[in-house]
Amino acid sequence: MIEVRYPFTETVVRNLHAGDAVRVSGRVCTGRDRFHKFLADGGECPVDLRDGALFHCGPVVVPEGGSWRIVAAGPTTSIREEPYEADAIARLGIRVIIGKGGMGANTLEACRRFGCVYLQAVGGAAALTARRIRRVAGVHFLETFGATEACWEWEVEGLEAVVGMDAHGGDLFAKVREASAARLEALGKEDA
Amino acid sequence: MNRTVTDQLAELIRINTSCLPEDVESALVSARAAATSPAELQVLDALLENAHLARDGATPVCQDTGTPTFFFTVPPRTDEVSLRKAAEAAAERATANGWLRRNTIDTLTGASIDSNALPGEMPVCHFRADPDAKAVTVSLLQKGGGSENMSRQFSLPDGELGAGRDLDGVRRCILRAAWEAQGYGCAPGILGVCVGGDRAEGYLAAKEQLLRPLGDDSPDPALAELERRVLREANSLGIGPMGLGGKTTLLGVKIAVRPRLPASYFVTVAYCCWACRRHTVTLKTEGGAL
Repeated sequence: MIEVRYPFTETVVRNLHAGDAVRVSGRVCTGRDRFHKFLADGGECPVDLRDGALFHCGPVVVPEGGSWRIVAAGPTTSIREEPYEADAIARLGIRVIIGKGGMGANTLEACRRFGCVYLQAVGGAAALTARRIRRVAGVHFLETFGATEACWEWEVEGLEAVVGMDAHGGDLFAKVREASAARLEALGKEDA
Repeated sequence: MNRTVTDQLAELIRINTSCLPEDVESALVSARAAATSPAELQVLDALLENAHLARDGATPVCQDTGTPTFFFTVPPRTDEVSLRKAAEAAAERATANGWLRRNTIDTLTGASIDSNALPGEMPVCHFRADPDAKAVTVSLLQKGGGSENMSRQFSLPDGELGAGRDLDGVRRCILRAAWEAQGYGCAPGILGVCVGGDRAEGYLAAKEQLLRPLGDDSPDPALAELERRVLREANSLGIGPMGLGGKTTLLGVKIAVRPRLPASYFVTVAYCCWACRRHTVTLKTEGGAL
């Protein structure tokens, strides 16, 4: 298990390889569909993501004592941000993307070019992930995007993930997709 | 003291959102026992630990608490308007308690409808009248958006899939949908399938199949055989939990059939993530009144 902590330097990120199990600690910011569209439409990112981690996540939150209790949190499907992510990585200097399901060729190329990795968190393991969030450091776009789509700044400790796409073109998901496509074709040749 | 229908529906949401059905959890335990790769073991261990944490803490199993979808089976002359209002009040209360995420968006403005309640529209309520029913039975399905995005509808014949209007064509469609889902829909998934119907009925009937327990078989022997075969074949694709590779890609396949028009032959596949949250209760009502 490899421990990585914010700020995530290019050296640290380039030393990670597809398949590595990692634990992420330190500052993590959430951003999902609304956030990516907003950036693509020319919006200004409210948080400094240079050497930072962007988590594709919409949490369950309950207001409590002037702050927020994070009841449940976990990755959302990342492929929806594929049209936007390469530009976001280039523009904002993001080093770590956390999500689920993997992303496409443009993001993989941006990871290689700018030094970024895609981490697969466990989809749907929301009670487990919520326990790794130690503090809510801030929230942006709460009014305009709503609590689920807002950009949350969290301090996390030991968030478990697997490197799905690395900064060297390694892509676990692409391997699985290709192998499963070959198997699907073989099944198609079997008799009814 | 009789609890109101709203109380009972709110309690149903609390249980459903936090307690993975026993048969689904058992299927994950079996998948864990069959797993050999480190990634598959890591994912399944996390899912099982998460299921325990959610149940013990009465917090959502998954942060995407889904579209709360109530399937009511009602006796004749039931006041459906009151049931719908109770469901809306229950969703609002469940959201305030953190059992449901603020999960409803005004599609055109993008604004969050924080209560998850919109009169007549949200939560989703389906009603079926049963002349023999003595009480209202309600099943709640919470299916997340990531998996909903992976649902598919095919129109046969489909030349690209080599799928004609027969059960082998159906099989090809289902396998194709399982393959397309990869890890995007939170595998290992459960497939609800409808063969036939019009497009709308196909999606509804496919989704309703997700209410069936994993252990049951279609009453039609040919469909039961197809369910078993597709499950076996899909699990040979090697997609595995979260699309990271592995032995368990699907936990179940449930197929229904509906009549169709001569011109149409739809195969509709409702993809549900491993967090297939479903629960059924019979409502207790005082003197039959809602």
